[in-house]
Parts: sequence; structure tokens; C-alpha cells
Amino acid sequence: MTYLADVAALTQKDLRVELRARDTLPAMLLFVLSTLVVLHFALPSGTGDAAAYGVLWVAIVFTALLGLARAWVPEHEHGVLDGLVLAPCDRSAIWLGKTLATLSFLLASQAVALPAFVLFFAPLDATAVAAVILVDVGICAVGSLTAAMAAAGRARELLLPLLVLPLAIPLVVGGVGAAVADAGERYLLLLALYDAVFAVLSWASFEYVVTE
Amino acid sequence: MIHARDLERRYGRRRILFGLDLDVERGAFVLVTGPNGSGKTTLLRLLAGLIAPTRGTLRVDTERAGIGYLAHEPLVYRELTAIENLDLFGRLYRVPERRERIGMLLERFGLWDARNERVSAYSRGMTQRLAVCRALLHEPELLVLDEPYSALDAQGIGLLDRELRELAGSRTIVVSTHDPDRLAPLATGRLALA
Repeated sequence: MTYLADVAALTQKDLRVELRARDTLPAMLLFVLSTLVVLHFALPSGTGDAAAYGVLWVAIVFTALLGLARAWVPEHEHGVLDGLVLAPCDRSAIWLGKTLATLSFLLASQAVALPAFVLFFAPLDATAVAAVILVDVGICAVGSLTAAMAAAGRARELLLPLLVLPLAIPLVVGGVGAAVADAGERYLLLLALYDAVFAVLSWASFEYVVTE
Repeated sequence: MIHARDLERRYGRRRILFGLDLDVERGAFVLVTGPNGSGKTTLLRLLAGLIAPTRGTLRVDTERAGIGYLAHEPLVYRELTAIENLDLFGRLYRVPERRERIGMLLERFGLWDARNERVSAYSRGMTQRLAVCRALLHEPELLVLDEPYSALDAQGIGLLDRELRELAGSRTIVVSTHDPDRLAPLATGRLALA
């Protein structure tokens, strides 16, 4: 219960900081909408739904990257990460709080992006929406860890996409498969497995990222 | 309380601290002095547990919850208010009667009237006072203070002087400072880094 209380306190803090600063969510919303609009005009007419679903995953991955690039900025201003690391809570709670906050921003951006996708490109069935949620969970779990690693380095803006994009490839494969394949539900299992494995790995290894 | 033997810390090839032996008894008040770059901050970060020695041994006889660390940076969120910052750390440190403790500290350091303002609107001195409150919040048995007087005005200096006088003896306190004369009456030991 104490662990969950720590996670709740840290997530609540991130949501409050974003509510005040409005740095991340508006940028994510604008980015995903403008990406969909640009790709709507960039794709030749009659391209087909399969190509359109590819557009969706590109938009999701890059929007998540935008959110992750900002994820640890409040902790690096005023050196707050040191304060959190010194606190006697389990350090994985810091990762979980950040993951939940980033996930909520990503889901909020998709509450706008998915209707826009349907409007511009193609319909989405329940399997595709479930795949979007699973991809969000996976990319936030692994992305919060890699963003913390990148934030500790010098070229953090460069490092983050280099770390996240290769790890996001299975998510894109699973997401596209769930949206276009006949047995899309099988890809949901792949995504759920990815989420479970990478969430546990990130949860367990976060301590080593923020301490020596 | 603190026992270090042949302590060394490097950043890459640069050796910041080396061959340091240190014993600090419980309840001691130790001043750490030395010119810029002599390793004061590195030593304090080692004591706080934020970094590990490159060589040698360091033992601090308290848990993480027993350490209060005041850094060069204030370690508080700019977009949160003083109350929200202290409440967050109070929850993470499981401070009993948190609200009362926070209110008492804010009153004591002259921040009560600004308690609901965001830290981004604070002056540097007010932010430093809040950082002191954060370090003291959980009543740590070891206080590690890195240049605690920096950015404080005369009133802030007086408030911190009073607090340290009250804590001296009942807490182990290690302070790095460029003005050792101010704290000399409280000091039970001094470490001069070259």
C-alpha cells in the first residue's frame, strides 16, 4: 500500500506540474494532429487502408517521443531527481509514476488523434483501438526508462530517439498487424507480452539508471 | 556516524578527492572548507549517498530516510507551490503529522505568506529557504548542507543561524562553507580540503 501511495503521489505531482506548465500535452496534441493532416495530403488518393494504418503508428510513435523528451525535464530543473532518489521510497516508484503520467498524456492526445484519423483516413475497429492502448503502455514503459537514461547524458535530444525507436519496432509490427491482419487478436497477445516483459525489465532496472 | 577510509572519487580521469580518512561522531558539527574545485560538493554528495566512491570505503550509520541533504540546487519543483513541494517530499519520507510540520517550517523560515505561490515566482533567496525546509522536513539525524547560506539575505541568514544553533548537538551536521567564521562557535570539527 505504501508503494502504491508513493506512485500515486508521484503521478499526481506530474499531472499537476503539466497542468500548470502546459509544456507537454498541448505540444503532443498539435504534433499528432498536424502529422495526420500533413500525411493526409502527402499520401496519394486511393492508397488504401493498409497504408493509412501505417500512418497511424508513425504518428503515435513520434507523438510519444515528443512526450518522452519532456518527461524528465521538471526533474532536471533545480536538480529534483536527486531529491527523489534520496527519498526512502522504492526508486521504481519514480519510474512507475512517470510512466503513468506520460501514458495519461499520450492517451489524452489520442482521444483527439483517433477521431481525426477516422475522419482523414480509415475506420478503426475495437482490435485496432485495443492495439493503440497496448502500444501506448509499451512505449511509455520502455520510454520512461530510456528517457531517464538519455536525460542523464549530454546529447539527450539525440540519444532518446536512438534508444527508443529500435525498441519500438516490435510495437509498430504488433500495432500494424492488429489493425490489418485477419487474425488481429493474435497481435494483441504479442503486444501484451511485449508490455509485460518490458514493463518488468524497466521497473527492475530503473534503480540502476538513477544511482551509481 | 561517518567513517571513511582512503576515500577517492574520480570523474573520468580527473581525481577530485583522494586519500581521505574521516571519522565523524554522532552529534558532531563539522565544517568542510576549501577553495573551489577542492571536492567539497563531491564529498557531501558521497555522504548523502548520491554517488559512490571510486576507491576506499565509506560507512554512514543511518538509513536513507535519516539523511537531510541541502544541495547547490534547491531540489524542488518550479511549477509547484511551497506547500505542494513539501507535501510531496513529506509523503515520500512518511513524515508524521505532515501538515503541522510543513506549516511550522514555513512559518519558521518566513515563507508562510508565500506558501501557495509557485516556486518559479520565488526569488533565489526564497527558493533557498524552501530548500532548507525540504532538507529539514523529515527531522534527519544527519544533515549534509552544501553552502547553505548562498543566496540568503540577512533575515534568511539569521533564521538559518537560529535553526543550526538549535539543531547542533542533537543532530550530526556536516556543512561546506566559504565563511567558516560564521559557524565556528558551533563547530566541533573542521575538514580543510586542498
